[in-house]
Amino acid sequence: MSQTINSFRLPNGLLVLVEPMPDVQSAAMTLLTPAGGVRDAAKKCGTAAILTEMFPRGASGLSAKELCAAMDNLGLQRGVHVGSAHITFSAATTADRLCDALPHIAGMIMAPHLADDDFEPARDLVEQSLMSMEDEPRQRLGKVLREYSYAAPWGSSSEGELADLPQITADDVRQHFSKYVSPNEAILGVAGNIDPAQIREVIESVFGDWKPLPIHDIETGELPKSPYHIEHDSAQTHIGLAWNTVPYKDERYYEAWAAVSLLSGGMSSRLFTEVREKRGLCYAISASLSTLQNEGRVFAYAGTTPERAQETLDVTVAEILRLSEGITDDELQRCKARAKSSLIMQQESTTSRASSLARDMYHLDRVVSLNEINERINALTTSQVRDFVVEHTPKSMVLVTLGPQSLDPGCVTSL
Amino acid sequence: MKFQHCTLSNGLTLIAETNPAVYSVAAGFFVRTGSRDETNEVSGVSHFLEHMAFKGDEKFTADDINRVFDEIGAKYNASTSEEVTMYYAAVLPEYLEHAMELLSSLMQPSLRTEDFDMEKNVILEEISMYEDQPSFTCYDHIMATHFSGHPLGQSILGTNESITALSASQMQSYHRSHYHTGNITLAIAGNCQFEDVVALAEKYCKGIPMGTPSRMLPTVQPKPVTKLVVREASNQEHIMQMGPGPDSRDNLRFAAELLSVVVGDDSGSRLFWELVDPGHAESADLSYSEYDGAGAWMSYLSCSPEHVVENLARFQKVFNDINANGITADELEQARNKVASRIVLRGERPMGRLSSLGGNWMYRSEYRSISDDLKAVRAVTLDEIRDVVRLYPLSMTTTVGVGPLTELAAS
Repeated sequence: MSQTINSFRLPNGLLVLVEPMPDVQSAAMTLLTPAGGVRDAAKKCGTAAILTEMFPRGASGLSAKELCAAMDNLGLQRGVHVGSAHITFSAATTADRLCDALPHIAGMIMAPHLADDDFEPARDLVEQSLMSMEDEPRQRLGKVLREYSYAAPWGSSSEGELADLPQITADDVRQHFSKYVSPNEAILGVAGNIDPAQIREVIESVFGDWKPLPIHDIETGELPKSPYHIEHDSAQTHIGLAWNTVPYKDERYYEAWAAVSLLSGGMSSRLFTEVREKRGLCYAISASLSTLQNEGRVFAYAGTTPERAQETLDVTVAEILRLSEGITDDELQRCKARAKSSLIMQQESTTSRASSLARDMYHLDRVVSLNEINERINALTTSQVRDFVVEHTPKSMVLVTLGPQSLDPGCVTSL
Repeated sequence: MKFQHCTLSNGLTLIAETNPAVYSVAAGFFVRTGSRDETNEVSGVSHFLEHMAFKGDEKFTADDINRVFDEIGAKYNASTSEEVTMYYAAVLPEYLEHAMELLSSLMQPSLRTEDFDMEKNVILEEISMYEDQPSFTCYDHIMATHFSGHPLGQSILGTNESITALSASQMQSYHRSHYHTGNITLAIAGNCQFEDVVALAEKYCKGIPMGTPSRMLPTVQPKPVTKLVVREASNQEHIMQMGPGPDSRDNLRFAAELLSVVVGDDSGSRLFWELVDPGHAESADLSYSEYDGAGAWMSYLSCSPEHVVENLARFQKVFNDINANGITADELEQARNKVASRIVLRGERPMGRLSSLGGNWMYRSEYRSISDDLKAVRAVTLDEIRDVVRLYPLSMTTTVGVGPLTELAAS
């Protein structure tokens, strides 16, 4: 896997990573700005989400419609998303048009209008999306599970809280923008069939005037105690579990990755085989790694009808714990094979390369090449992964359930 | 990219688009069967059968199939729609033979009773899972209502009752009559040699029996119906509406696609500016679906229940304006640019090409390259848009709501 990654920093602090991909026709970019939901003030959870809605509503003298038409005519597929740490701008189009699209994207990020008239509609949309989330049990569970797994504000919903929305004003949103949407902690990843020298020139020109801002610390609060059950008149009982693991930047991250892959990395993995295939207890079951800069969790999910929910919970937790009893060479080998093919296939996707560049830089302060990941994964041994699993067997688990009846949390509380 | 195709000795059609510039290769069996080919007695059998395909044959057990697919690092799965059941795997080129062998085994599963009984639980769970998703519930009801009495109205998942009552022997009989070379196309896209693929297909697909396709294509005759599925505790109301559109062989389908982008794309469209941008609705869009011998416009609205009536009036205002005045040249150009970029980006990966390759062959027995599609999109004129609107006006016959509302009248 041959890769060249160019990196440079603008005088205002914006860090840029560029990966030329000569075999593709497209180009993609991801820009992380340090203005995510964790920056929301107390009792104003949703400020970043409203700001996210307002970015495309006119910028740099172009109305919302003009900006939209300009970007559509460049074939730009794009999105602005709010997460905990960042508000993320992503975009992709055919490679020859990215340079023409960048001034519009930069305008939206650096000089959005944030007009009074656009505030109410943006807040209404955030409210409606939260209302919809309340109606979707799996999404609602995911939101609450996160709250019980990471201390606030890292566990808080970056999409906002219904109760807080009425307190948020247009000035709060503008303040959020002028305090946090800053180049000095922002990271831009670009990947595609592009000339690095040309793209550098464009980036320097369009982002050069972005003014750096002071950096603010984040204070963390208390973690609520689970098990927690949400009464909901749903067809299924939705079960969420979480436990501690190491973050992406940890030396042992690849062992943590292997441990989760053994549980849920493919259809031959433990949870799918034992809970779904052998017992037919559910359709959806999964476990995945979540990482902040300094903390990591495994989040697991199963959805099942109420009469089978207790068995599903008990069997799932037992399978998670059984991992420390031993793993086989064959199952680790399968995880490695899946990883290798994913890494190679990443070279077909400019979008996934652009976001990996930015993500690596945020967590590690460097970009890990696909070759290095491949080597790290290949080097994993069964005994090394087993040791990790034994050392990191959950000593406690977060359990959140949503459905018509609560479950006996004994299998979790007895840990 | 180079397209080649052939018919194997048992009559199976093999189509391939080879591309040495990509890193992977995707293979897929497209079976021309889905819920529309079912009777009420076996409602849901196509989708249930898709699950059972992974339970193994005489050579492979269920565990083997999942294990070997994972051993070769395949990205693999299957899907069932009203019209097509598709089984696919994307792998690194060196594993293509393994992938072809496994995928072929899925076409001739043993369908053992004990596996059938166990998997039935999973299907019932899947039905419950979708019941908890209001937009999916709405889709299921609008299809059943709009295509009431037509095969396209059959539910993909079936119901708790139909699945519970289904027997393994009914599934076996359905499998015999639908999984034959007259109904199956093998498509390959990506980094491979055509001769190698032909040899692999001859080696592994010879067990697929011959057969001739038979699918009824009755005309759709929707009657004006409004149906509300009441969920008192829900916050949001989800409304879908459907009306007739051009079918999958109609040359107007590109114009219909572009019109749906102008009117109802999820951003920058007429509905977006009328409803979403001002904050009246969380979602307001229009899509165009092409089927075998049928076509449909489908609109979707998600908003708070108290704003449904005024929002439906806003939809109507947009539709009336289009029906009376059409669209502008600028709007058409903007839609062409959007769609062209989507075609290029989707076509960049073998998996993206596979679905286009298989779909074009299943519906029209034709191959279309990325540049064919780009040319077709560029060639759409305002006259063709006017033709679509004249023949298939944005006029919805069927309305379904899921949410707290018990009526759609203005209060």
